[in-house]
Amino acid sequence: MMLEIRGLSAHYGRIEALRGIDIAVDEGELVALVGANGAGKTTLLRALSGVHPASAGAVRFEGRDITALMPERRVDLGILQVPEGRQVFGPLSVEDNLRLGAYRRHGPDVEADIRRMFQMFPILAQRRRLPAGTLSGGQQQMLAMARALMGQPRLLLLDEPSMGLAPILVAEIFTAVKELKRQGTTIFLVEQNAHAALAIADRGYVLETGRVVLTDTGTALLHDARVKEAYLGL
Amino acid sequence: MTSTFLQFLFSGLTLGAIYALAGLGFSIIYNASHVINFAQGEFLMIGAMATVSLVGLGLPLELAIPLAVAIAAAVGVALARFAVVPAGDASVVTVIIITIGASILLRGVAQVVWDKEFHALPAFSGTVPISVLGATMLPQSLWVMGVSLAAILALGWFFGRTMAGKAMLAVSYSRLGAQLVGVPIRRVLLTSFALSAGLGAIGGIVVAPITFTSYEAGVMLGLKGFSAAVLGGLGNGLGAVLGGLVVGIAEAMSAGYLSSAYKDATAFVIILVVLFFLPNGLLGHKGSERV
Ligand SMILES: Nc1ncnc2c1ncn2[C@@H]1O[C@H](COP(=O)(O)OP(=O)(O)O)[C@@H](O)[C@H]1O
Ligand SMILES: [Mg+2]
Repeated sequence: MMLEIRGLSAHYGRIEALRGIDIAVDEGELVALVGANGAGKTTLLRALSGVHPASAGAVRFEGRDITALMPERRVDLGILQVPEGRQVFGPLSVEDNLRLGAYRRHGPDVEADIRRMFQMFPILAQRRRLPAGTLSGGQQQMLAMARALMGQPRLLLLDEPSMGLAPILVAEIFTAVKELKRQGTTIFLVEQNAHAALAIADRGYVLETGRVVLTDTGTALLHDARVKEAYLGL
Repeated sequence: MTSTFLQFLFSGLTLGAIYALAGLGFSIIYNASHVINFAQGEFLMIGAMATVSLVGLGLPLELAIPLAVAIAAAVGVALARFAVVPAGDASVVTVIIITIGASILLRGVAQVVWDKEFHALPAFSGTVPISVLGATMLPQSLWVMGVSLAAILALGWFFGRTMAGKAMLAVSYSRLGAQLVGVPIRRVLLTSFALSAGLGAIGGIVVAPITFTSYEAGVMLGLKGFSAAVLGGLGNGLGAVLGGLVVGIAEAMSAGYLSSAYKDATAFVIILVVLFFLPNGLLGHKGSERV
């Protein structure tokens, strides 16, 4: 297993946001995590990136215990996240945002990767000199994704990439996710948009108030009566 | 009439340059941590007092100054490392109170290490006044303005052109975003204190031949630097420079045309006016950015 989460708990003060999570992601897999607002999805990704401390349990990445590793060391290992709300560097140019995505890397292949990102998201090439804050929500989402890709992810964590986007942009984002998977990137996708996420996922987990309550293949979850009722509005 | 005005203007620009450096120090630390470091003025004092001591030990100025700047930077890093970092996730207000405590401590230590006397540094290139358009100016004023300008340009280059500088700015634009691309935010915090302290020390040193220095010299310099930073919009580098010049010129004009008793009051009036009418400063963003 590439990523193994065992009994992971996390708190905000006395609130227990994660209560003993067990999740595993294999190399090359696209695994979806779905759940209602407030279930703990973002907290889990924050713990995986090391920006929120675990209060119990362990996270292993490629066999190594990373539970207490600093965020920048996890980036070095190839764990990159596209956070909820994009978190682009608004006053910096689109191009600088991409360069900062490669902050832990050095060497000439950074320029080649920037060109690759511009091919993947042509709108970013057009806006390369503009402050990131002037982009639309969908464009910022693409920038956040491209910025994470600049870090050469082995494991890409996506937190609700479709949130607040028009349907046509949602489709574009999900196409990009599928393409990344095809190229071999391992992806852990968090979504409230359960239908879209489970439809492209190899496997999925359902999170409720900090606990995993269901896990199966993406297709099986899509057809699961409980999932349909609770998350697909069917 | 115009020559008196010019006279006041020169003295205002000289003071303003120092307030600009102090204000930049506030802004750099604010950007890295959202902390307002009320020990900023002490960095100016430490730079000047350390230079006085080193010169007293027989070191030439060109050696004493870089050494004193390094000492101030080291004090800045120590302050961050042993007082700010351990506060961890404590509220910003808590950390601000810690920096106020640190400033009192640093003044106390300065009193013990040095003394309570006023000290002057020798002027860098003599004290023969230069006359400009009927007004006169000390050569040291040119040093103050020139060195400040060079420091400001170097800082502009660092934050505008280097990846290390942009990464520090990124922390202020989105702390989470910066962490997620692997910017080590603790090192950014330490660097911001080193930079602010070094910058403050430079300001304190170049102005010391004009204003004298003592263990208490940092109090007023710090407050005026703070009003410069607030006037320009906290966290805005260009704003801090403009704010510094405005505070300096306002101070020199009120001292010259009204009474030198109002000299220090000017900065306080400016802080109050800004807080009431321009809460985001001259160049600050309107409303709240990034939600
Ligand atoms: N900064 C915070 N302080 C306190 N509680 C929080 C904070 N962030 C999230 N929570 C709480 O933790 C729980 C999980 O939140 P989150 O991980 O954001 O859920 P999701 O991403 O699934 O919507 C929620 O009950 C939320 O109210
Ligand atoms: Mg969330």
